[in-house]
Amino acid sequence: MKSAVIVFPGSNCDRDIAVALEQASGKKPHMAFHKDNDLPDVDVIAVPGGFSYGDYLRCGAMAAHSPIMKVVKERAAKGVRVVGICNGFQIITEAGLLPGALIRNKSLKYVCRTVGLRVENNDSDFTRKYAKGQVIGIPVGHGEGNYVADDETLKRLEGEGLVAFRYTALPGQSADQANPNGATNDIAGIFNAQRNVLGMMPHPERAFDPLHGNTDGRAFFDSLVETLS
Amino acid sequence: MSARKEPVVNEALAAEHGIKADEYVRLLEIVGRQPSFTELGIYSVMWSEHCSYKSSRVWLKKFPTTAPWVICGPGENAGVIDIGDNQAAIFKMESHNHPSYIEPFQGAATGVGGILRDVFTMGARPIANLNALRFGEPDHPKTRQLVAGVVSGIGHYGNCVGVPTVGGETNFHKAYNGNCLVNAMTVGIADQDKIFYSKAAGVGNPVVYVGSKTGRDGIHGATMSSAEFTEDSEAKRPTVQVGDPFTEKLLIEACLELMNTDAIQSIQDMGAAGLTSSSVEMAGKGGLGIELHLEKVPQRETGMTPYEIMLSESQERMLMILKPGSEDVARAIFEKWELDFAVIGHLTDTGRFVLKMNGDTYCDLELAPLFDAAPLYHRPTEETPAQPPLDLDEDELWPEDLSLGDILTKLVSCPDLASKRWIWQQYDSQVGADTRFLSGQADAAVVRVHGTNKALAMSSDVTPRYCFADPVQGGRQAVAESYRNVSAVGALPLAITDNMNFGNPEKPRIMGQFAGCVEGMAEACRVLDYPVVSGNVSLYNETNGVGILPTPTVGGVGLLADGHKAVGLGFKNDGDVILLVGETEGHLGQSLYLREILGLEEGPAPAVDLETEKRHGTFVREAIQAGLITASHDVSDGGLQVALAEMAMAGNKGADLSGLDGWHVAELFGEDQGRYVLTVTAANLDAVEAKAAEAGVTLSRIGTVGGDALTGASGAIISVADLIEANEAWLPNYMNGKVN
Repeated sequence: MKSAVIVFPGSNCDRDIAVALEQASGKKPHMAFHKDNDLPDVDVIAVPGGFSYGDYLRCGAMAAHSPIMKVVKERAAKGVRVVGICNGFQIITEAGLLPGALIRNKSLKYVCRTVGLRVENNDSDFTRKYAKGQVIGIPVGHGEGNYVADDETLKRLEGEGLVAFRYTALPGQSADQANPNGATNDIAGIFNAQRNVLGMMPHPERAFDPLHGNTDGRAFFDSLVETLS
Repeated sequence: MSARKEPVVNEALAAEHGIKADEYVRLLEIVGRQPSFTELGIYSVMWSEHCSYKSSRVWLKKFPTTAPWVICGPGENAGVIDIGDNQAAIFKMESHNHPSYIEPFQGAATGVGGILRDVFTMGARPIANLNALRFGEPDHPKTRQLVAGVVSGIGHYGNCVGVPTVGGETNFHKAYNGNCLVNAMTVGIADQDKIFYSKAAGVGNPVVYVGSKTGRDGIHGATMSSAEFTEDSEAKRPTVQVGDPFTEKLLIEACLELMNTDAIQSIQDMGAAGLTSSSVEMAGKGGLGIELHLEKVPQRETGMTPYEIMLSESQERMLMILKPGSEDVARAIFEKWELDFAVIGHLTDTGRFVLKMNGDTYCDLELAPLFDAAPLYHRPTEETPAQPPLDLDEDELWPEDLSLGDILTKLVSCPDLASKRWIWQQYDSQVGADTRFLSGQADAAVVRVHGTNKALAMSSDVTPRYCFADPVQGGRQAVAESYRNVSAVGALPLAITDNMNFGNPEKPRIMGQFAGCVEGMAEACRVLDYPVVSGNVSLYNETNGVGILPTPTVGGVGLLADGHKAVGLGFKNDGDVILLVGETEGHLGQSLYLREILGLEEGPAPAVDLETEKRHGTFVREAIQAGLITASHDVSDGGLQVALAEMAMAGNKGADLSGLDGWHVAELFGEDQGRYVLTVTAANLDAVEAKAAEAGVTLSRIGTVGGDALTGASGAIISVADLIEANEAWLPNYMNGKVN
């Protein structure tokens, strides 16, 4: 599996996702800079978390208009897998690859903790190695992860199985602790209609290594490797 | 010399700059003429307490600062220690107390930004931030707003730059009502052959300015931080700088990229006193002169004067001396990261500090005295009188309407011991994907050295109430507790950074506290082989004449050869045997039990036996390294019973503590030093006991892990769920205005 990671000014999870991709696939990802106008031939493109352009204007808004995103959109249209995590989710949503928007957390505060996720659809190249309905623990860290969309979009996402992950309580957590940001329908991650583009707020690369004390994110990377190798 | 359109300098103007009458006389002697306005401004910041350490220097010399593993001790931007494999850990802690009280969000944010720059300016990639916060009593009208502002400022900056905030401490006491403390620590990693220092060299070499543009913010920040607060401190808000973590992130990447080339001769960040202190210190260390052309300094505002440019504390700026011919390489990297880059002057052999703007000279001073002739004060000290012993009998000690469960509930929900989840959930603690433990999960935060199996353990510690009751014991205890916390995760304690927060040094009692704490800390550092490699002094932490508790915060760093061996503090397996390391005599003086249950802040501070600390720490560390320990926690605030409750809450498991039946309240809640609680599997019990006997360490079996409550011989003391609820509820309720 050949991969690329996009680096914007202010990205800060670029190294973390690159480490996970390399360990899972055995191949070093190509690191692409925001000003690049081209990408090598890759199977998957990761748009990492962080604070691209300092979150100025609106999270992801400026990054969505950088030269490299034109290339990412072209590749996505050709079926290359694109995953946006955290700020990456915000960027690819701003870029129009996914519907809806991510607004300020309901608490108005940044939140960093491990949340429960239910795998709503394992019929994708990103989620294949999970069981449908499986509950996993994955860390989040964001101030703007509250997913919103108009009713019609929500209906389509729900109806067509495009909700990838939904927040749910972990064992020992109360139901009101499940959703960390107030996201509509507890949505934590969504696919595009072709399911080759995934946006998600939680960080599977932070639950990857035994040192993290939690390897629930490992199957995410293994799913991609299994499909694309 | 054309000091055009500048105010005329006299003694009154000097006094407004914080220069006292006798200091002004000294200044005139050194300069040999009336200084210009710009020159006065420069002298005022260089001679401020903040930059010159004029009250503390004589005492700081007492700290041990060397060890075979120390690569660079105090005097540079941060301390450097050897962590093997040609790698170094670079770290420092610094206060941003005054700015945070005046403008909590930006004050705390720029505190984080400043300490990060101190570390990456030396060539290290920052891998962890910690923060030691001290606020006034919860029902003081300003406290809630300060907590909210400081926490969101720290998160705003640390989260955006992408450095995980992994540890720290948050306490409340009325002594901080008018003067909160925000001490920020950064730890970074560098290759030993890529460490950068601030000593300028090479006459003619270009002086280069990079980073943000210079604005009018923060002018006289260093002077403000060197004075007491009064009621009108609000008016000083414009002296607080405004931070931009996005620019800092770009600056980190650009500097580290440039440091991979061979372009930089020396580098220093522009912190307190901005361009003035960085240029004077760099040239001063190199014994050289420097000439700057201020019209070349990138400016955010129009019409700035030389005085303003030199005294601005705008953030996210660095000053570098480049090797000849390296300008193009460097410029390309900074342009790639869209940061300002300007050659603003050069090094000279004249030994003079020369500032020109548009052809006019505004400053032409001999440089050495600015750098090394600041006043040095041997201020009078007065010893803190010994506290009388406690005079309470057993009946008075235990309020009869409270059960043991009630007392535990009260303690784990008191502001100092209550869960700080509300705070640390607002910090990104995971970015970097190398975090093993946050503080709270273990006695020290543990972060892996990227790309290796090694990990660093980091902790911040001090018990100000002990330092107030007995500065020498309190100083010893601060270092000993740091040593204990680092040892308790299984790491070898290597070195500390200190952040000395005290009141007005012109008062003999305060200066006596400072001297006493230094004495105790220095002794502990010596005995524990735990030298001081960097630090910061913050004096004049007083408001309207009332000083804070003496607070010498200790930031400790230790090394684990294998990060996977680190152990946390939560109970792990049912059936594990609970062991107490150390002797329990029942010292209740200055304990949290006295304060929270009986409302007394009395008695002597607990004594610290440093040889015992060393022996116990070594035993615990070796037992963990041998893989014999399942959980480990030092006994500190609240004593043994609270330590056990914390282990139960962290592991969400109960314990049978019937082994403690018959223990007196002083034994359960006393804060005797040098103790740890360990758990071991039944299979490893003999091995651990044999090791303890061999090491001459007192080890007692006090219980067994299991169940969902802490239980004694007569049944449940309290359920773990109730403990967790009490522990978790206080801070969010307080911040929501539901409790005082």
